[in-house]
Amino acid sequence: MTALLEVEDLRVAYGKIQAVKGISFSVEAGQIVTLIGTNGAGKTTTLRTLSGLLKPVGGQIRFNGKSLKKVPAHQIVSMGLAHSPEGRHIFPRMTIEDNLLLGAFLRKDKSGIEQDVQRAYDLFPILGERRKQAAGTLSGGEQQMLAMGRALMSRPKLLMLDEPSMGLSPLMMQKIMATIAELKAQGTTILLVEQNAQAALSLADRGYVMEVGNIVLSGSGQELLHDESVRKAYLGED
Amino acid sequence: MNELPQQLVNGLLLGSMYGLVAIGYTMVYGIVQLINFAHGEIFMVGGFGALTVYLYVLPDGTSMWVALPLMLLGAIIVSVLTAIGAERFAYRPLRGAPRLAPLITAIGLSLALQQAVWAWYPGGEDSLNFPQIEGGPFEIGSVTIQTGDIFLFVVAPISMAILAYFVMRTRTGRGMQATAQDPDTAKLMGINTDRIIVIAFALGAAFAAVGAVAYGLKYGQVQFRMGFILGLKAFTAAVLGGIGNIYGAMIGGLALGIAETLATAYIADIPGMHQFGSQSWADVWAFVLLILVLLFRPQGLLGERVADRA
Ligand SMILES: Nc1ncnc2c1ncn2[C@@H]1O[C@H](COP(=O)(O)OP(=O)(O)OP(=O)(O)O)[C@@H](O)[C@H]1O
Ligand SMILES: [Mg+2]
Repeated sequence: MTALLEVEDLRVAYGKIQAVKGISFSVEAGQIVTLIGTNGAGKTTTLRTLSGLLKPVGGQIRFNGKSLKKVPAHQIVSMGLAHSPEGRHIFPRMTIEDNLLLGAFLRKDKSGIEQDVQRAYDLFPILGERRKQAAGTLSGGEQQMLAMGRALMSRPKLLMLDEPSMGLSPLMMQKIMATIAELKAQGTTILLVEQNAQAALSLADRGYVMEVGNIVLSGSGQELLHDESVRKAYLGED
Repeated sequence: MNELPQQLVNGLLLGSMYGLVAIGYTMVYGIVQLINFAHGEIFMVGGFGALTVYLYVLPDGTSMWVALPLMLLGAIIVSVLTAIGAERFAYRPLRGAPRLAPLITAIGLSLALQQAVWAWYPGGEDSLNFPQIEGGPFEIGSVTIQTGDIFLFVVAPISMAILAYFVMRTRTGRGMQATAQDPDTAKLMGINTDRIIVIAFALGAAFAAVGAVAYGLKYGQVQFRMGFILGLKAFTAAVLGGIGNIYGAMIGGLALGIAETLATAYIADIPGMHQFGSQSWADVWAFVLLILVLLFRPQGLLGERVADRA
């Protein structure tokens, strides 16, 4: 069986600056795969390229058996790939409910959409309480929940989360991580970019470590968690 | 000397015409951060579209009650096609170029459209009479609505209600708001932002076309340069209300209309100001207002943003 997502020799540049220098990795259906790495390693660039927001200079992206290279950004979500971007990017002047509905923009099944809005409120009750409030008035952590709930509204095959724990309290962080595990249990495949390597690797089936545009290390979550160099560089041990 | 309620109604009517045209500036700006200076001419060609339907499509002597809806349709078609063409061939190729480039293009396009009407529309080098509704004026309580204004009185509120419904309640409207607030993230939602941009141009043009028919009926004529001052006023209205905000365009239009009407009516009563109350000073007061807004409240009346917290 081939993987749900296969990335091969992907190269992405901003003008003359190469941000991603030929990386290859894959995500099997049902797995949680994490990309970790220092600031500026190219993780966000990778995800934005998978979503079609950036055009690669070279390499291949195959999702669910189809090449994504020529697919415009706005058609990617309908293929089953959802992206919760770094920095949340909720629509600040729209209500929480409208933000969630935008996540289901291409869906036509009204009752299914309503169910999923309700599911998002069950997952994050605070969103339900504030449903008619402008999303820009939410706290950072609440906005993160909204961004995640919104990405789920497309019922994706693969959910890409770019630093979902950024700026969250330890308690909220635990909740987000528990939610990710729960989503996996329900059958959603997840590609997780995280600064919190400990939490990400503990959850992940597979991990990739990026450094300045390259993947320098890969292995199962547990292997990486116990890898000496990873412990030094990302888990703050010496 | 007219009394205040009458002046306020006059101001609201004038202002609703500004508001109809202002919508186009604000919608396009809200989505692509482009000030479409050719929008005044998109308004102008709508007026000629309506006139063409009356002069060359309908049989002579068609009653205005039958003609008007068809003229409105003609105006909308001509304005919308012009706007879509402008977007496709003048602005889209410049997306991502430095901001000055599309601005210069807009000014060029604006002149080109004026000259095209001047050169090619039969009699287009002069003002052309615009057909008028029969009957009226209409008395509502102590207030008189002039015959030429009755169209505005009826159509402006309906147009604004349709617009508000469209933007707030429809799926495409939500897609439009999302694109205005965060275009990349809108794409992640599956929104075809290129299509949304075309829709914004088209909608703005349609409302400008309604404004152009209102203009023809109000002033009894259309002219190839009619989009210049009116376009500037509508732009003022959009800035006054907070550019990018569609309610702002409506409110800014109404505020500008009232301010201009009241200034014209009452400024001459202020000692030493009697020479400033004439109609020709109305434009000056409108632009004084623009400058004051830019100085003291550049974000406009409704231009307050909900912070996008970092
Ligand atoms: N729009 C841009 N223009 C030019 N360079 C960019 C742009 N965005 C990112 N870069 C550069 O590309 C490199 C990779 O950035 P990227 O955002 O992908 O890193 P990241 O791994 O997500 O880092 P972080 O953990 O800090 O979010 C960095 O050197 C960054 O400065
Ligand atoms: Mg990043």
